[in-house]
Amino acid sequence: MSDRGGANGPVGGWCGGQGAAQGGDVANCEETIHRLYFFLDGELTDDRRSAISKHLDHCGDCLDAVDFEAELRRVIADRCRDRVPEQLRDRIATALRNEQEQRA
Amino acid sequence: MADPARFVDDAMEYMPSLYSAAMRMTRNPSDAEDLLQETYLKAYRGYERFEEGTNLKAWLYRILTNTYINAYRARRRRPEESDVENVEDLYLYRRLGAAGGSADGRSAEEEVLDRFTDDEVKAAIESLPEVFRIAVLLADVEGFSYKEIAEITEVPIGTVMSRIHRGRRALQKALGEYGLQRGLVEAAPR
Repeated sequence: MSDRGGANGPVGGWCGGQGAAQGGDVANCEETIHRLYFFLDGELTDDRRSAISKHLDHCGDCLDAVDFEAELRRVIADRCRDRVPEQLRDRIATALRNEQEQRA
Repeated sequence: MADPARFVDDAMEYMPSLYSAAMRMTRNPSDAEDLLQETYLKAYRGYERFEEGTNLKAWLYRILTNTYINAYRARRRRPEESDVENVEDLYLYRRLGAAGGSADGRSAEEEVLDRFTDDEVKAAIESLPEVFRIAVLLADVEGFSYKEIAEITEVPIGTVMSRIHRGRRALQKALGEYGLQRGLVEAAPR
């Protein structure tokens, strides 16, 4: 495989094409950023996951970006919790009880 | 076949996450409460059809999402599928750093994220068009897989991926705007 690095990467190819010299299948910056969401979502084939992991082992810039996106996701999930109002719990419990009684 | 007598025991633990999702979908507490109650009643009535051993949380989310879409579809005035502009990769990441922080660039950027408030993150999600909002909620807040989201929302997996990825970028843009107002984010990329 060839790693174009340079200006072709969507983020400017910041690691300048390291990876090709490693031998085996190692992703470049462009692929890593392009597939970043699939990578974080655990939705890649073993083959691509491993190629990107290998790239991240030596490209600190891509690793920073991946870490940032992972952290962003954690922050989003954390900030989106709402407390269920007590009266709503009661209301739903009552509605379900009524439904059960109608069936009985 | 699931036993309806066990429904309350089985399903109540999901109420906090279903309620949070209902809040993001409807964007107001009164509609969220009605949506949640209707979801639980429908789930109870249909519980015999739930196949035990399969994913109860995903099944409940499917009822929640369907109920929401059916109840609100009539109110929707415009098609939203293409209603998200193209935002570049790493939109937010490339704009953070104005706030400074430690010498280590990465941790400075991650520290900035911590300064976003609950209300800002919620408002940013709620600003997304409906199909993107639902896809991002299911993926990033609830952690469902693409396949599960395809089943919950009843659309092909390719559509799910496109909605999640575009929705995330739009969410970054929306968060970026809050960040800009508070001086956490730079106007132009580095």
